[in-house]
Amino acid sequence: MEELTAVLIGLLTACAVYLMLARNVLRFIFGLVLISNAANLVIFLGGRLTAGAPPLIESGQTAPPPGVANALPQALVLTAIVIGFGLFAFALILMFRAHATLGTLDSEEMRLAEPRPDLRAVDEADAMPADAEDPMPATDEAATDEASGAAR
Amino acid sequence: MAGAQGRNGIVAGWLPVAIAAALFAFFVSLAPEVAAGRAPAVSWDWLPSLGIAFGFRVDGLALTFALLISGIGALVLLYSNAYLAGHPQYARFALFLTSFMLAMLGLVLAADLIALFVFWELTTITSYLLIGFIHEDPKSRRNALQALFVTGGGALAMLAGFILIGMAAGTFDIAAINAAGLQAHPWYGAILVLMLIGAFTKSAQVPLHFWLPNAMAAPTPVSAFLHSATMVKGGVYLLARLHPSLSGTEAWLWSLTLFGGATAVFASLQAMRQTDLKQALAYTTLMALGTLVLLLGQSTGYALTAFAAFLVVHSLYKAALFLVVGCVDHETGTRQVGVLGGLLRPMPATALAAALAALSMAGIPPLLGFIAKEIAYASAAQSFAPLLVAATLLAANVLMVAVAGVVAIGPFWQRARGPLPKAPHEAPWAMLAGPLLLAALGLGLGLLPGPVQTYLVDPVVLGALGPGAVPAELKLWAGVNLALVLSGVTLALGIAVWLARGAARRALERALGALPSLDAGWDGFMDGLKAFAVWQTRIIQGGRLRVYMATMFVVVAAAVGGSMLLRGALPAWPDLSDVTPQNVVLLGLIGAGSVLAAFTGSRILAMAALGVTGIGVAMTFIVFSAPDVAITQLLVETLIVVLVAVALLRLPQLDPTGRPSFRPWDAALAAAVGIGTTLVLLAVLQQPLDLSLTAFFEAASYPEAFGRNIVNVILVDFRALDTFGEIAVVVIAALSSYALLRTTAPVWGRGPGGTRR
Repeated sequence: MEELTAVLIGLLTACAVYLMLARNVLRFIFGLVLISNAANLVIFLGGRLTAGAPPLIESGQTAPPPGVANALPQALVLTAIVIGFGLFAFALILMFRAHATLGTLDSEEMRLAEPRPDLRAVDEADAMPADAEDPMPATDEAATDEASGAAR
Repeated sequence: MAGAQGRNGIVAGWLPVAIAAALFAFFVSLAPEVAAGRAPAVSWDWLPSLGIAFGFRVDGLALTFALLISGIGALVLLYSNAYLAGHPQYARFALFLTSFMLAMLGLVLAADLIALFVFWELTTITSYLLIGFIHEDPKSRRNALQALFVTGGGALAMLAGFILIGMAAGTFDIAAINAAGLQAHPWYGAILVLMLIGAFTKSAQVPLHFWLPNAMAAPTPVSAFLHSATMVKGGVYLLARLHPSLSGTEAWLWSLTLFGGATAVFASLQAMRQTDLKQALAYTTLMALGTLVLLLGQSTGYALTAFAAFLVVHSLYKAALFLVVGCVDHETGTRQVGVLGGLLRPMPATALAAALAALSMAGIPPLLGFIAKEIAYASAAQSFAPLLVAATLLAANVLMVAVAGVVAIGPFWQRARGPLPKAPHEAPWAMLAGPLLLAALGLGLGLLPGPVQTYLVDPVVLGALGPGAVPAELKLWAGVNLALVLSGVTLALGIAVWLARGAARRALERALGALPSLDAGWDGFMDGLKAFAVWQTRIIQGGRLRVYMATMFVVVAAAVGGSMLLRGALPAWPDLSDVTPQNVVLLGLIGAGSVLAAFTGSRILAMAALGVTGIGVAMTFIVFSAPDVAITQLLVETLIVVLVAVALLRLPQLDPTGRPSFRPWDAALAAAVGIGTTLVLLAVLQQPLDLSLTAFFEAASYPEAFGRNIVNVILVDFRALDTFGEIAVVVIAALSSYALLRTTAPVWGRGPGGTRR
């Protein structure tokens, strides 16, 4: 059973990597979700799988019965799930914000900080500053509008 | 002028002078003990596990330097207080200069190589701050950085050399290293080269000399103190300090003689060419450093006596001359040879100091400079290549005579060449005390060289060559001998060059101007370094997410798969006998969900497939006895699907064409990473598992933390800080997301309430 789970984790990882290599950042985020799951399963599997024996101490006892599941990886995975979720939520909203500002989900087109060398060479003078400056004032106004709306 | 001196305040203006004077008095009080052959020392454990101590030892060499540093330091600090009277940042200046002085004292007194290195770097840093003191000037900043990089780079080489010495000798204690010697050690060559790089950068030997003339961007008292009398002698000090361990070999003899000789001659030619008095003095400092290195290369009693005597006399007259030039600059507003003249009448005291110091520099009896020069000539006769050494010294000294004339005669004794920027008048007493005292010492110690011999020169020579060495005697009249003849020739030729200084300057201008400029080379090197940084950043950080990801995954696949193949660590064929149909369905569900998510072109389908995978993982946790994990996973998966669904409302289709394109190369890379992961896991599963931590938690959970759910106890009790960190991560993610969404109003449109997760 553990061996089969190892094979499944490999499949999960492969799908995640394939998604993370896509140009569309939404696919990248799907890949992020899958690779988080794969990583959690790796930790869980590393502590070995035990069916039907959760690590609990019965009342009246001071120690769990022998042969309960390994508690340590469970605690680590619990932490990892929550942190993975935090990362996912932030990445999703970052992507969302990037789409709102740049109007694209294609990571190849998101070149605000590091413009493409060919573009930089051709129209360094006007194209890039326009690209770089246009969205920001618009969103600043938007922020003001939104803030006043919220105040109302 | 008294009012002007008061403007810097007591603390900034006078406290540093008092500190320096007190230190000087302290070192003077140690002199008899050191002259008697003892070396007072203190030491504290610093890093005992590495055999590194923090200690000071005052032997002859250290005391000579310490007296020069604290004595000249006191005079320079007194001078600065008037020179920069009322400067808004004088307190900063005084702090830097005092810190430098203490660092320099630490350098020469350190008994341990590592402590010496720390103080060495402190002098580099304080020197950087002082050269760049006029920080509004870009040239000043650039020159400060240049000095920092060159001497700092040399210091790194020196540190490597120190570590080699420490390993070779088994100790970092300098006295113990010198007692054993390193000449026979197999690493001697490497150690010598590293020491020479460190010493030659600090003491500005050709071809690493170019930073020193630029360092004259500093205010004049700094040039007088750091870049003439003390700091630049750090490299010379290092060579003298390790003389017993490193000297005596062919490599030592030739490298010091050639580099020192080349520096001395090249620098005196450069000095003759300058029209700025301060630049001319800067190059004569280079010449002095070259001569000191040259003398250290020889290992005779005469050469070491000449070294010690010249070290002292040079510090005295060069500091005096720099301070004189500072006075001239301060009172007339210019340092140009072609403009200055007729200052004898308005500035008689300055002229006297200049004349005395220049006579010492030219080596004219009865000044101390004469004695030092005589012994240097005498040592040439005993050296391994008398002709080479004597000719080098002669050439350098001839030009010294001429430069001394340019500095001391031109501005004062010649007629004024025209109006000066400021009407000249005598400098205040605080600025005259230093140059007059130092110049007078050159005369007084020349007439009565006894104390120099007893307290400064003999301890240095005996320390460097061992107790059996015979220092040469310092005396004005040694009879008619080769040295006296050479002195006469030097003086005659020097005066001739001075008389023909205009023609000499033009000839040198042509000859040296044709040489490639190392300073320009430095700028080219720095520009090249920056261009390289830009180029490699563009390659490594091209701004394409796909390239970053692909690079990372290729490295992971190659590192994991490659090392498994290389080491033959592939796992055995898995045993699948315990597989139940229920579990196959469960795992098949997860696998199908992930494959679908990876290859679908529909957003809704992808979302649903992600959900299936997530719920499948949660069910796996349930089946294999992790109910708490499963609950968390279910909650998180639900939230993920909700968040993605909300975001999708505002986002375009996954593919512009509506159909996903298959990417074979990406699929191959993904397969490699996936297979690697499986192989590693299988290999891990075939290793025994260490359950000792789990056993601890199982045993301690109830008795110590009173919890029956072991996973919970681990999270909130044993690893509570970890959980706190986890909460902090979620809070930070939430706050950042909120900040990001607040500026997305026109697209989001529903206010922040709709975005909370």
